[in-house]
Amino acid sequence: MQYLRNVVTLNLNADLCTGCGMCAIVCPHAVFEITRGKARIIDIDDCMECGACSNNCRFGAIMVKSGVGCAAGIINGILNGTEPSCDCTKGNKNCC
Amino acid sequence: MNSRTILNTEDLLPLAARIPKVSVQLNLNDKLGALKVRFGIGRDDYKVTPGLYKIGHPDSQSDVLISANYKLSFDMLRKNLGGMNLWILVVDTKGVNVWCAAGKGNFGTENVAKSIKNASLEDIVKHRRIIAPQLAASGIAAHKVKELTGFRVIFGPVLAKDIKSFFAAGYKATPEMRRVTFPINERAKLIPVDFMYGKYQMLIILASFFVLAGLDRTGFLFAKMVETGLYPMFNIICAYLAGIVLTPLFLPWIPLRPFALKGTFLGLAITILLNILFQMPFIESLSFGFINLSIASFMAMNFTGSSTFSSLSGVQKEMKWAIPFQIGFSAVGLILFILSKLI
Repeated sequence: MQYLRNVVTLNLNADLCTGCGMCAIVCPHAVFEITRGKARIIDIDDCMECGACSNNCRFGAIMVKSGVGCAAGIINGILNGTEPSCDCTKGNKNCC
Repeated sequence: MNSRTILNTEDLLPLAARIPKVSVQLNLNDKLGALKVRFGIGRDDYKVTPGLYKIGHPDSQSDVLISANYKLSFDMLRKNLGGMNLWILVVDTKGVNVWCAAGKGNFGTENVAKSIKNASLEDIVKHRRIIAPQLAASGIAAHKVKELTGFRVIFGPVLAKDIKSFFAAGYKATPEMRRVTFPINERAKLIPVDFMYGKYQMLIILASFFVLAGLDRTGFLFAKMVETGLYPMFNIICAYLAGIVLTPLFLPWIPLRPFALKGTFLGLAITILLNILFQMPFIESLSFGFINLSIASFMAMNFTGSSTFSSLSGVQKEMKWAIPFQIGFSAVGLILFILSKLI
């Protein structure tokens, strides 16, 4: 299943990539493959911006604005004047 | 008397012997608890005490798995470890599951490093590796945990059921084990979560329409309310169910990518069906068309929070037009409904 096209903020800087393969290991949607010693994005529209790849790229080659892709979380953020967050630790417990 | 002089018999045992052992079998209480949590009953308090646990008879060479302290996550893990000898390090994620806690940082690098230190893991095992669920990777940076603690983080499979195969393959997960899927049974399990999410708002909306149904040119007629108030309520319930039941169940097959449009599509289908089944006056039918579309659209859009593939940028993009559209349609529907009562 794929979500909207051409919308995610994922960006891979091939110059910084060493081809260690960590992004391909942690990505839950198989967005990356390693070919000829470098990571490559197979289909960017598969990305859900969870941030696992950039978090685990020690070379800083991957940038993504990660966060919760959750309408209720975004509404919470607007109402509370914060970043989108379905904060399960207080208030509404029924999210995620 | 100084409390320090009291001998704690636990202190006489070697460190590893003091660690609680857990069963790999789930009992009836565990299963009932899981059901209750899905319906939001006592969900605030479904936690496991953080710390180290034993599965079987682990020793200083046994692997260490880390888990969130949400009891459903912990239960899912332990029931898949039958016949194994392992340590489980439960991290305090404030009772939130692995993926959500990782996304919010509660199941993150610092917290994991702290748990490793608090449990004195370096004294209990001789090796320096821990196995984390793959979905914790958005919170745990493996290279930073290594810097902070000396422990190498190996990301295991997405699902606990694949852990045995992961070990058998020498700490390797197949591409399938690394992918998050969203099969129909998983989607169905999330229906009660969404059902509970909007229950109070839904009751208020239902009650309002029931009362409004009594409006009349001559003022307010109680008998008219009782006589005609059920249809609007039935209509709204159908639209609500289209949004929270049909959307998850038929997600891959409903046309259009934005969730709000998937809901609109279902709202339209429900409206057409209801119009075939019940012949209602034109303006009232039209008013429910608008209301159904906005309710089904909003509830379907809400399912982005449960889905495993929607991105923040995408949801923000669709909400920019979906929210004005939903508010506008509700307003038009409400005005038409009141008009239908007054003419």
